[in-house]
Amino acid sequence: MIVEVGHFALALALALSVIQAAMPVWAARSGDETLRETTVPAALGVFACILFAFGALTYAHVMSDFSVKNVVENSHTMKPLIYKISGVWGNHEGSMLLWVLILSLFGAMVAVAKNSVPPVLRTNTLAVQALITFVFVLFIITTSNPFDRVAPAPLEGNDLNPLLQDFGLAVHPPLLYLGYVGFSITFAFAAAALIDGRIDAVWARAVRPWTLTAWVFLTLGIAMGSYWAYYELGWGGWWFWDPVENASLMPWIAGTALLHSTVVMEKRDALKVWTVLLSVLTFSLSLMGTFIVRSGLLTSVHTFASDPTRGVFILAILVLFIGGSLTLFAWRAPSLRQGGLFAPISREGALVMNNLFLVAACATVLVGTLYPLLLEMLTGEKISVGPPFFNWTFVPLAIPLLLIVPFGQSLAWKRGDVAAAAQRLFAAFAFAFVVGIGTAAYTWGGPVMAPVAIGLGAYLIIGSALEILSRARGYGNSRSRDLGTIARRAIGLPRSAWGTALAHAGVGVVVIGIAAQSWALEGLGTLKPGQSLAVGPYVATLDKVGPQSGENYEETAAFLTVRTAKGDTVGPVETGKRFYPSRKMTVTESGLMTIGFSQVYASLGEVLPDGSIGLRLYYKPLILLIWLGAVVMALGGALSLTDRRMRVGAPAKARAKLPPHAVPAE
Amino acid sequence: MRAIVFALLLIVSAGPTHAVQPDEVLKDPVLESRARHISEGLRCLVCQNQSIDDSDAPLAKDLRVIVRERLTAGDSNGQVVDYLVARYGEFVLLRPVFGWHTLLLWLTPLLAVLLGGFGIWRLSRRRAPKAAGLSQAEQAEVEALLERR
Repeated sequence: MIVEVGHFALALALALSVIQAAMPVWAARSGDETLRETTVPAALGVFACILFAFGALTYAHVMSDFSVKNVVENSHTMKPLIYKISGVWGNHEGSMLLWVLILSLFGAMVAVAKNSVPPVLRTNTLAVQALITFVFVLFIITTSNPFDRVAPAPLEGNDLNPLLQDFGLAVHPPLLYLGYVGFSITFAFAAAALIDGRIDAVWARAVRPWTLTAWVFLTLGIAMGSYWAYYELGWGGWWFWDPVENASLMPWIAGTALLHSTVVMEKRDALKVWTVLLSVLTFSLSLMGTFIVRSGLLTSVHTFASDPTRGVFILAILVLFIGGSLTLFAWRAPSLRQGGLFAPISREGALVMNNLFLVAACATVLVGTLYPLLLEMLTGEKISVGPPFFNWTFVPLAIPLLLIVPFGQSLAWKRGDVAAAAQRLFAAFAFAFVVGIGTAAYTWGGPVMAPVAIGLGAYLIIGSALEILSRARGYGNSRSRDLGTIARRAIGLPRSAWGTALAHAGVGVVVIGIAAQSWALEGLGTLKPGQSLAVGPYVATLDKVGPQSGENYEETAAFLTVRTAKGDTVGPVETGKRFYPSRKMTVTESGLMTIGFSQVYASLGEVLPDGSIGLRLYYKPLILLIWLGAVVMALGGALSLTDRRMRVGAPAKARAKLPPHAVPAE
Repeated sequence: MRAIVFALLLIVSAGPTHAVQPDEVLKDPVLESRARHISEGLRCLVCQNQSIDDSDAPLAKDLRVIVRERLTAGDSNGQVVDYLVARYGEFVLLRPVFGWHTLLLWLTPLLAVLLGGFGIWRLSRRRAPKAAGLSQAEQAEVEALLERR
């Protein structure tokens, strides 16, 4: 019964989204502006309906209702509760439902956030958003309905793919979708601005919190996916330049560029047309990612079931939105007034450089991902574009980008002074140099470029710290040497200044983490209980090999003790092979021992009849910095989001209320 | 991530095995490290985007063994790679060769930076005069106003 109501709610959401999309158009035609306001309850209604539908599907999964096909295919009575819940989106139909749920959630949030957005812009945005919702709900109902029944209902389900039975599934897709889909709002804002033919700093201010929110979640989603792949796949890699990973990286890069160009637009009234184009492109890349993953064009663990009709449908959606928005852009963009000019040496100049390198990096990933496909279609030649290609092309683009980050922060708007900025950054250069040289000396004879990269990371972190320090110290006459004043001023700095510094420092942390992997070590051996295998500064001893069982699997586990080279015990590590009888699948569970920011990674190989095991050990120095850095970046974004200027509907500054004769402080 | 599914398929079909096995490792550490280096750049042909060094597939194991056999026989790194390309085509290379058919691929980063840079340069030039000067009529008006003072 609940399943039927959920199905009905989904159909209702489809109908409501038509109303939400059509009302602003009708209002514009009839001149009855009150009609516009109906988009707000409609948006809330769509969200409520989809939320209910999602709840109904979750209920069916938790209750193991095997009359629902989706539950039969992806669940099992013995499956732990957390995977019964996360299994809702661990399949094609359910994940698309999560997609539209988040889409409608963002719609509802825009509808509720009244004060900051001009009404016409808001309702037009909601209409565009509703159009996206309509098309995707239609896609779900016609090609991927999660509420399909089976008769007779089987007694037991097929269980979820064991690789997905992991905490990662509970976190990674929702975070990633909040990011992916969050950019739909920016897209809708851009389309609304194009329809309206008006774009200004108000638009930029309205859009920025949404872009930032989407960016924060996408950052976390990608980092989480990377960590999940790292510990689940069993060979210690953390990024594979896989098409599906690239599909999530491209909107992230474009979104990062968008975040920066919106700042220029808000502050300097420049780059308007470009910002609108970036908004359109960012969401287009999100859609393309969805297409790549969902169509089965490229098979992956993300492609739960490939069905040609779905692929064609998503391709049609892709053509509709990307083609439609670009056509709209080509038609309306010339009528948008270009804003102010800027000098090349200024903060906005640095931000333009940021956009240049980010977009070039994004284009490289895009071409690298699609090139083999296109080449084969055109000429029949088969080539591979793998990690070596991306490392060779992406890194040279990233280095100049990272070098200008602290510069951009310390240059003034309008007209900056490179010499003064370089002077302010002198401590960062010096520190980075010392760190680089120190690292090189300490690891003499090892990788050559890695110490340089470590220095680059240090430069980014110190550069961010210096930015806060020099702003707190003040310039010119208000420059202070008193520590108390500096601390007070630092605390008083806008949260967005802290957020920016934190996010940029996070990039530095990631760079150090990645660079440190040049010193990763690997050990390989066949061990009997009592024997040891060394990797880098650590030694792992096999204590015993034995069976153990979980709720829905049988495991052969190897129990190891990790010691330092001197013999001090660090702790136990367990790695195993889990056999899931319901799917007749075996999955390797890697064992991780965290020591500071470094990890020892153990992965069980073959278990031989004589009781010995194949064992693979990795020493991954500072590897946790890669993901911690991403978390720091996201925290920086979140901190910026709490800035007064960003807060949706924050009241105007109190200064206006001062008596007219009061003299302003400045 | 896509590699997961393949790892999974192979686990199902071939039973649990692992990438480089202890018995494959060459005695000579120099040769072995060369073998690892070459393996990292070769694609496991039946996998998605995995190198033969990372893959569990039986075919990847065969290729790893071939690489080591050729090296032991005295081939240079280039000769080993050429040997495999002759047998399996360019598809086996994770880093595509630089040639006419991959020209656009390799030049994308450069072209993107140059095109973007050109765009920025043109934009900054186009706007500068517009904002800098006044028209003759405006100039005359300004002078008239100044004189009136």
